Amino acid sequence: MTDPILQVRGLSKHFGGLAAVDDVSLDVAVGELHAIIGPNGAGKTTLINVLSGDLSPSAGSVLFRGTEMAHLAPERRSRLGVGRSYQKVNIFPVFDALENCRLAAQSRESRPLNWLRDAMSYESVLENARRALAAVGLRNRAAVTAATLSHGEQRQLEIAMSLATDPKLLLLDEPLAGMGAEETLNMVKLIGELTKTHAILLVEHDMDAVFRLAQVLTVMVSGKILATGAPEMIRANREVQRAYLGGTDESL
Amino acid sequence: MIMAIFALSLDLLVGHTGLVSLGHAAYFGLASYVLALISPKYEAASLLLTLPLAIVLAALAALVIGFLVVRTTGVYFIMATLAFAQMLYSVFHDTKLGGGSDGIYITVRPEFTVFGIKPLDLESPVQFYYFVLLVLIGVYVLLSRVLHAPFGRALAGIKANESRMRSIGFPVFVYKLGAFVLAGALAGLAGYLAACQFGFVNPEILAWHHSGTALMMVILGGMGKLHGAVLGAFAYVLLQEFLSAPALLGTYAKHWQLAMGSLIVLVVLALPNGLAGLLDRRGVSGSTSKDLE
Repeated sequence: MTDPILQVRGLSKHFGGLAAVDDVSLDVAVGELHAIIGPNGAGKTTLINVLSGDLSPSAGSVLFRGTEMAHLAPERRSRLGVGRSYQKVNIFPVFDALENCRLAAQSRESRPLNWLRDAMSYESVLENARRALAAVGLRNRAAVTAATLSHGEQRQLEIAMSLATDPKLLLLDEPLAGMGAEETLNMVKLIGELTKTHAILLVEHDMDAVFRLAQVLTVMVSGKILATGAPEMIRANREVQRAYLGGTDESL
Repeated sequence: MIMAIFALSLDLLVGHTGLVSLGHAAYFGLASYVLALISPKYEAASLLLTLPLAIVLAALAALVIGFLVVRTTGVYFIMATLAFAQMLYSVFHDTKLGGGSDGIYITVRPEFTVFGIKPLDLESPVQFYYFVLLVLIGVYVLLSRVLHAPFGRALAGIKANESRMRSIGFPVFVYKLGAFVLAGALAGLAGYLAACQFGFVNPEILAWHHSGTALMMVILGGMGKLHGAVLGAFAYVLLQEFLSAPALLGTYAKHWQLAMGSLIVLVVLALPNGLAGLLDRRGVSGSTSKDLE
């Protein structure tokens, strides 16, 4: 196992009196998928939002590849190599699939403020966009307007957009939500592939997928970390079973 | 045609970046005043000198104001742009700087001879007409290039989904500010030409009515389409001429704004994509349609 590229220490996010994320510490390394599970309202999505910069933390530190980024804007984190997907599909619905990825790839161009040259003439940007589309299996859907893609395809597109920015760390917020059986299978395979080359923090309710993919599991309840460890350990943990796995959550 | 240039510059913000500005006349008026104030009293100012100066000053104003207002969104952006434009309006309206308070300031002979061999004489109405037409075409071509360049595509992305643009790594603020400055500079170009044409300036060209007129042109023609802005400007001016002509409509002509308002409401209801949308309906629709979400 390599050194972690993401080190979270004592991270908290308060909304008024509610501690949505409460003193969370965790590590993620390249080649590792760290999954976060927990009941609804446990603060998993809030944690992702704080890590991506969409929310700013109340306390704590987020060290990414040696840079403290707890209070950086989302675009700065993206440029450092953090890619994310959203729980609710978040794409550019009016553009076609390729343009969604092309824009993402364009953000890595060193001359982003070029005002006159045709955007379609940047071959390397287009190439990155096509590669990202192909990676998620949307090669044949490049010219389709994103809004008319199926739900599963939109989720794939979302991941492709992240990939087009060439991230080192992927924050995936319920990438399997609302997907059909076959789509789920493909997505799980894709995430497994990506784990080889990326550090991945995954929030997911699909326990089959989580236990198949994760090397490290963290259980969150009420904003706090209840337990962290290898999947087998978590499965055997009685406290976790009581709080979550054996609980009332219908996804099991 | 001058209003078409003005409308084009506003469409860059409203139609392509999703920034609805109600203070766009500020840059138009500022450039007009620049020309008025630096023109010598009894001789012609140099076009090559004053035009760039007017544009640069308009762009500079847009940079300063944009730096402050681009941070805001939605209604707050509209109000902030409006507020800054009204401040400029007040400066020229209530101080002696602009040649008297709300009195008319007349530039003495806004005649322009281009240095050297004097390729065209702007005093001649025909030559001035073609000069403006050339500028309009130039602005249109420039903007359509910009919109297809990475910069313009990023603006379209910001309009479609600003938060996603941030999460894929775009410094949205810089792009918006860039659009604001470019739009301000082009509005300045239009304002300069207007001052040439009319030979006088007054604070009304800075006022929000003027911004509103440009906004109506953009909406009338169809937001987010360059030819829409041009169409809208021509349609608006023609309609205004027609509806306010006593020869045609007698005493009703006094109330032309009532008729104009009704017509614009009709257009908005019947043609959500404006006049340009009507033209495009026969052509291909689809991936280029910029429906408001």
